[in-house]
Amino acid sequence: MSDNSLRLVWIYPDLLSTYGDQGNALVVERRARQRGLDVQRVDVRSDQPIPTSGDIYLIGGGEDRPQRLAAERLVRDGGLERAVSNGAIVFSVCAGYQILGKEFVNDVGQRQEGLGLLDVVSVRGEGERCVGDVLADIDPRLGLPQLTGFENHQGVTHLGPTARPFARLSMGRGNGTGDGTEGAYNDTVFGTYMHGPVLARNPLVADLLLKLALDVNALPGLDDRWYEALRTERISAATQPA
Amino acid sequence: MAGNTEPLSPRAKLAVTAGKAAAAVSRAAGRGSGSVIGGKVALRLDPDLLGALAQHLDVVLVSATNGKTTTTRLIAEALRASGPVVSNALGANMPAGITSALAGGSDAKYGVIEVDEKYLAGVARDVTPKVIALLNLSRDQLDRAAETRMLAEKWREGLSGSKAVIVANCDDPLIVWSASSSQNVVWVAAGQEWKDDAWSCPSCGGVMQRPGDDWFCGECGFRRPTPSWVLSGDHVLDPHGSAWPIHLQLPGRANKANAATSAAVAAVFGVPPQVALERMYQVQAVAGRYDVVSFLGREVRLLLAKNPAGWLETFSLIDPPPTPVVLSVNARGADGTDTSWLWDVDYTRLAGHPIFVIGDRKLDLAVRLEVAGLDFRVCETLDEAVQLAPPGQIELIANYTAFQDVRRRVGN
Repeated sequence: MSDNSLRLVWIYPDLLSTYGDQGNALVVERRARQRGLDVQRVDVRSDQPIPTSGDIYLIGGGEDRPQRLAAERLVRDGGLERAVSNGAIVFSVCAGYQILGKEFVNDVGQRQEGLGLLDVVSVRGEGERCVGDVLADIDPRLGLPQLTGFENHQGVTHLGPTARPFARLSMGRGNGTGDGTEGAYNDTVFGTYMHGPVLARNPLVADLLLKLALDVNALPGLDDRWYEALRTERISAATQPA
Repeated sequence: MAGNTEPLSPRAKLAVTAGKAAAAVSRAAGRGSGSVIGGKVALRLDPDLLGALAQHLDVVLVSATNGKTTTTRLIAEALRASGPVVSNALGANMPAGITSALAGGSDAKYGVIEVDEKYLAGVARDVTPKVIALLNLSRDQLDRAAETRMLAEKWREGLSGSKAVIVANCDDPLIVWSASSSQNVVWVAAGQEWKDDAWSCPSCGGVMQRPGDDWFCGECGFRRPTPSWVLSGDHVLDPHGSAWPIHLQLPGRANKANAATSAAVAAVFGVPPQVALERMYQVQAVAGRYDVVSFLGREVRLLLAKNPAGWLETFSLIDPPPTPVVLSVNARGADGTDTSWLWDVDYTRLAGHPIFVIGDRKLDLAVRLEVAGLDFRVCETLDEAVQLAPPGQIELIANYTAFQDVRRRVGN
């Protein structure tokens, strides 16, 4: 992080951008610019090397075959692991979340190696696909309001001892393990099953990423009335029967 | 040859009669045209009815993510130059709706049938089409639809044994993948603005290279085939190199592409391009789409856009700023309940337009526009949006059920 510039890296939009994942990049970029930061957004295609000097890395959701290809290319590249060891922040969604774990089950039913940046292992769920609105309480240590999102996945993710659950569910399936957890995180690496996109539904999570990247405790406030209106509507929709 | 020379079997006749009776009851009860319920009743009585009804027709199937209904209409108009046509013109595009439409056309020579993407392979097996037109494939209703590439794979498997002439868009790699297992393909360079579902090679997964209008996979060599028909600006070039002007009443580049494909389909049946295109000029609106209506003393053009590719094509046809724009988005069952696709749409293209936002999911849209840095107003109703809009014809863009809501309100 140099002076007031922020380097935002969006990983593999050619493979992992199926569920409006660009939204997370747009929200972080917008909220950083509104705080006067000079944002350099880098979209990295899967035939390009991952830059190691980014401040925040985003990785999105995708279909099963692109997920396998993305994991193969990211493991081969090695740049994201180097960025994390330099202190970069990573925020991942769905297929991207599974890739950051130690292992997941790919489109041909094989266990495939992930990046191991999160202490989680994902398998394919046996039951129905999880589709719908989700409501959860984010780990109180992170000091954030309720998490609202939309899930659409078949994965089940088991957390190991060094991964903390990102949130506790009150509606929805989240990690799909039945233990009420949703997502996982450690110091600088976050994973969630939430689409929506999640940062548009939860702008203070975007701000958390900015604070971690800038190493500050607070950011200037913004006019969040549309985000707030959307949150109120979605939280109320999730808690009322359809 | 087409034309009903052989009578339907007694069972098929009974099924058609029962289906028409159910449709009449449904209409009387105020539940829409009744074509779907009629078709369901008929298909239950005779599961082979679709094939039996199609037996005497020269059938054209049309499928795509976007442009199916319009292209079906354009092809139907073009083929009327050569004989009577039966068509599911209102967009009831699953087997029941198709059965119902065909049951209404006993004197027809041609059946021009729009087919939902998920049912294409099955319908193509049942009706033995002469031509199948494939326009484009892109993300749509991801909460319930198959993944886009999987859909292309299913088409590829389903069409590999078909004897039909496949008229296919060579500018969409997923369409090319779907069609390239077929023996008889007519490639049309119809263009495709939206590219974000085909950066990954459908054959091997390699990264697609896209210099200019060309595309190819650097790893396996899968590449854009050479077209025999080409949409070039306001003209379509036929296989002999003649350029025919396209003067549609329907707006936009995408409809020129639909017309080019339709001309290629008509040519399979011997209808020359100039005859086919002239007949297409008569089409003014398709199931309410592109219609300009008067509402509360204002002129409002009704535009349907259901997914990112559709929104992108729609932005390119609206009048420039300061034309006011009303946007309406719902997320009911028929729309898909996941609104995340809004973030795949580049709304900055609306900069300079006064923007009014309505619909069940107006707040999702409000956040989307806020993040795009646009000025907009959120309204409770269509009436409020239209009344607040500054002078000029209003462009109204809505997704599926939002579009139906608007049509009901304006009495279209």
